[in-house]
Amino acid sequence: MKSIYTSDENPFFQYVLGLGDDALILGQRWSEWLSKGPNLELDIAASNLALDLLGQAEMLLTYAAELEGKGRTADGLSFLRDGQDFRNHWLVEQPNDDWGVTTARMLMFSIYQYLRYEKLAKSSDARLAEIATKALKEVSYHRRFAAEWTIRLGGGTEESNRRVQRGFDILWRFVPELFETVAWEQDLAEKGLAAASDSLRAAWDADLSEILAEADLKKPEGESRLMGSRHNGHHSEHLGTLLCELQYLQRTYPTAGGAVW
Amino acid sequence: MLRPQEKPCSEEESFLWAILADVMDPEVPALSVVDLGVVRAVHVTRGRTDGANGAATIDVSPTYSGCPATALINEIIRAAAVNAGFIETNIKTVISPPWTSDWISDEGREKLRAYGIAPPVKGAKSGKGTLFGLSPAIACPKCGSKNTENISEFGSTACKAMYRCCDCLEPFEYFKCI
Repeated sequence: MKSIYTSDENPFFQYVLGLGDDALILGQRWSEWLSKGPNLELDIAASNLALDLLGQAEMLLTYAAELEGKGRTADGLSFLRDGQDFRNHWLVEQPNDDWGVTTARMLMFSIYQYLRYEKLAKSSDARLAEIATKALKEVSYHRRFAAEWTIRLGGGTEESNRRVQRGFDILWRFVPELFETVAWEQDLAEKGLAAASDSLRAAWDADLSEILAEADLKKPEGESRLMGSRHNGHHSEHLGTLLCELQYLQRTYPTAGGAVW
Repeated sequence: MLRPQEKPCSEEESFLWAILADVMDPEVPALSVVDLGVVRAVHVTRGRTDGANGAATIDVSPTYSGCPATALINEIIRAAAVNAGFIETNIKTVISPPWTSDWISDEGREKLRAYGIAPPVKGAKSGKGTLFGLSPAIACPKCGSKNTENISEFGSTACKAMYRCCDCLEPFEYFKCI
């Protein structure tokens, strides 16, 4: 199946949709930890992280639906959209695996999201700037929490160090996609609307290296390129199973009003 | 932020502020929605006249974008205004400037402490320093000691973190500063 969106159609909508999808999908991944956290404190932390991200997703997808102008809502975009129409990065849809892998992703993505929101807080689009300013406060906590856990696991036992190092190693192949800047995104960035993804790389590398050094962990080497692009609706097989759970209620009972945010 | 003491407001707006000062936060019942600083402004758009009830718009800022109590807080604010005679009450969600814990009133801070929750440190910025978890010393709300340690950044609600006092050994919650 082909995506219903083409990349030259309403690029600002696609950009905001991508921001919302990153928050929605990662929020769903965090909610999968509920009742399965390594301890009670982390179970609670996971639910708070999920809530923050879902709250951001709601603001972003509500705005995206308005930009799309087809009468859809944040609910419609979340619960009634097929996998090929999602625009999130591959990193956020990867399975949680163990706490080490989850921690590695949390650090990589929260640093990225922090830098992205920091730039978007200065967007020439007032609505996006407001949402980013609000979200930035929350993500700064996520980033700090991630840094603390990375250092705790990296500097803990041989086993905890091995587990979190494994997280960085297996997720490293999804890093280059975070910084890929397509032509229309560059164009939006030049207009002051968006943050060009490649402009975040230097600061991201510096922040990540600082934490990894403190945590006695090795930064993986090598760069890889994904076969498909999220902008064309390409995803790993994991997005489909995630959406099955996320969208189950709405699709099973479409005439009963389904789920409303 | 428009507060009765900061901006001259009409008699009916002062009345509405007084009503809202008794609407308690459902998650932290020690604080009213005014103490918490989530009510940003009230506008009485049509006063009560003979035979017609008033209309009001109340600007409300959520503390965290995903706070599950947001919808309930909006509803109890609306219900209080309606019960006070403002039959047409609109709640307007305002996210800019974003809510900050600095907006919790001094009175609210004292109420939090008395309730057993350490109030947020005023004016602390969550900037670059937070990458390594540098955070200010938090005083224990039970014994006042600053010899405390963070147990978890996240507590029973999005707005709180968990701490432990190393002197009186009591665990306590800290209202996070954002």
